[in-house]
Amino acid sequence: MKFADEFRDRDKARALVREIETLADQIEITRTRPLNIMEVCGGHTHSIFRYGLEGMLPPSIELVHGPGCPVCVLPMGRVDDCVAIAERPGVIFTTFGDAMRVPGSKKSLMQAKADGADVRMVYSPMDALALARNNPDREVVFFGLGFETTMPSTALTVLQAEADGIENFSVFCNHITIVPTIKAILDSPDLHLDGFLGPGHVSMVIGTAPYEFIADFYKRPMVVAGFEPLDVLQSIWMILKQISEGRAEIENQYKRIVPEAGNDPALAAVARVYELREFFEWRGLGSIDHSGVKVRDEYARFDAERKFAIPNVKIADPKSCQCGEVLKGVLKPWQCKVFGTLCTPETPLGALMVSPEGACAAYYQYGGVKPQRDETMAAAT
Amino acid sequence: MNVMPRPPKRRLGQVHVPAVTLSHGGGGKAMKDLIDDVFISVFATGSPEALEDQARFDLAALAAHGDRLAFTTDSFVVDPLSFPGGDIGKLAVFGTVNDLAVGGAKPLYLSCAVVIEEGMKIDELRRIALSMAKAAAEAGVTIVTGDTKVVQRGACDKLFITTTGVGVIPPDRILGIDTVRPGDGILVNGLLGDHGAAILAARGDLALESEILSDCAPLHGLIDALLEAAPGTRCIRDATRGGIATVLNEIAEASGVSIEIDEGAVPLREEVRGFCEILGLDPLYLANEGKIVVAVPAEEIDAALAALRAHPLGAGSSLIGRASRGEAGRVTMQTVFGGRRIVDMLVGEQLPRIC
Repeated sequence: MKFADEFRDRDKARALVREIETLADQIEITRTRPLNIMEVCGGHTHSIFRYGLEGMLPPSIELVHGPGCPVCVLPMGRVDDCVAIAERPGVIFTTFGDAMRVPGSKKSLMQAKADGADVRMVYSPMDALALARNNPDREVVFFGLGFETTMPSTALTVLQAEADGIENFSVFCNHITIVPTIKAILDSPDLHLDGFLGPGHVSMVIGTAPYEFIADFYKRPMVVAGFEPLDVLQSIWMILKQISEGRAEIENQYKRIVPEAGNDPALAAVARVYELREFFEWRGLGSIDHSGVKVRDEYARFDAERKFAIPNVKIADPKSCQCGEVLKGVLKPWQCKVFGTLCTPETPLGALMVSPEGACAAYYQYGGVKPQRDETMAAAT
Repeated sequence: MNVMPRPPKRRLGQVHVPAVTLSHGGGGKAMKDLIDDVFISVFATGSPEALEDQARFDLAALAAHGDRLAFTTDSFVVDPLSFPGGDIGKLAVFGTVNDLAVGGAKPLYLSCAVVIEEGMKIDELRRIALSMAKAAAEAGVTIVTGDTKVVQRGACDKLFITTTGVGVIPPDRILGIDTVRPGDGILVNGLLGDHGAAILAARGDLALESEILSDCAPLHGLIDALLEAAPGTRCIRDATRGGIATVLNEIAEASGVSIEIDEGAVPLREEVRGFCEILGLDPLYLANEGKIVVAVPAEEIDAALAALRAHPLGAGSSLIGRASRGEAGRVTMQTVFGGRRIVDMLVGEQLPRIC
């Protein structure tokens, strides 16, 4: 596969891993504890597991799987809201595929579908708009989910609906923004992170400037990384290089996709349609100020939250669930009390078990679950 | 093989309306006309079984093929009914033929039960019945009995087909999913995931253009060649729903071995790789309809590969991994990148990722 296989070259990987080992040995911290590097984005978590990267790295480097899977951090109450909208007569509720299985307090969208709600998987919000156009007697709602990566596409769809005068279309906006959450994690007293792999797709939209505070204020290096395995290894190498030279900067490994200034037309569409919420609830992390967006008043008629009276009930995460600790990197997935027992991909209790980008599901699927493997896994990470 | 003396030819009924209605399932003349015109006319004209409620077999004639009867059933509910490389009819015949063949059986007879949603176009039904007849002829099996039901609109999705198959296993063929031993080679007979990708693309909601064809094919000829060259073959499984990942996990579990596969040796079409890449799917879990996973003892790997590759349906055969003494039931994969990961059973269905 052209333009993909080049980034999956085994020999280049071996050479890079050797350089990473050499650099890690030179870094003072590794004499007392492993270096903690957080990949913020779920896409990176997926690559790390799919290619078995953790096992290739020296034990002096520990990867902490951050909160960047939008499906995982969606609170239960919002899923209940989705179900409530989907079960209204006349509604066609459209969603990206991996949100189908996220558990609400009573059911997931998949169960709602089985119970008779008209829930349909789409691959783009524009597909949902087309459904609205073709079903003028139905209300089509699109489940707007994701970080800045997917925000422009739902914003542009709302603008298109306005331009085409389509009134039976609305977005249930659950878009979130990563920067306040990285800040909240850095302010958290119970963890020590030495560097960040920056989210590639989000940065393609917002550029690299919004991360400057991580280097300036918190003195931590961040490297915006691509998603192929060599991208990830090279970015880890770049972080180590910074640490070994006593630097803390925002660097861009993913230059082939990410312009430092971001994407102006995308940002303009987002700014036109959305504004920051005062706060937004994250599963496992709680409420974080300015971490979500909502539809602006000018576009209220495309806002499902205003169009339908949604219950908007706050549901506490299950008590036994330790997603929050895992999200912040305080606990490894398999150290959670219910990992692999009460909480499995089949019957996910916690958000991180739901999506293949969630750290727990990735461990369960690709890393093993049986207790006797714990030690080998701990040693390997 | 004729097992009963043929009665004189009877006159077959004919359908003169464009679409199936509930009356075609009512048990009266309309139903008889539909069955005669659409099914019997292409499956087995003048066959004596057509008049009876059951097919009848001469036991001695069956016993000439082997010493054990193989019996299997499968339902087909694919959407869309037709897709590049096949349709539900072809699938319903080859699917059941293959379920017999992977047990080492010579497939002989099929049944065909259909559940039709009212409103289905007679022409489309005719086309699918014809496709079944062609597939049966290609596979050398006879469709000897059947059933037709018509349900209200919405009670089924256009057409469901259930085929049941009977075959006979020759005495020297002993295959078992629990017989794989450490050191055995794991083989597949060609490019994986074509069927799953073709179906997903044919559903049309991806807006992806692809030229991937379903690999739907009858595999008993290939399996005959394999078993002749590698009589020590431990087990054969067709990698349908759940893909090879599911089959490998079932083998590892049943035989109490670990299986390690090499990602670089897994045969995948460029288009299928690209397709999975875009949608965030794993080709190891994509369905196949003409692919088998074979476990053979180490000393027969070369002979098995050569025999598979010499057959038109096995030209792309590959040794993808080995069974080992590691943790029982565990399937792992050496990634092309040099890492190692676990290949688990699929949970639920594969859902495309959002970004």
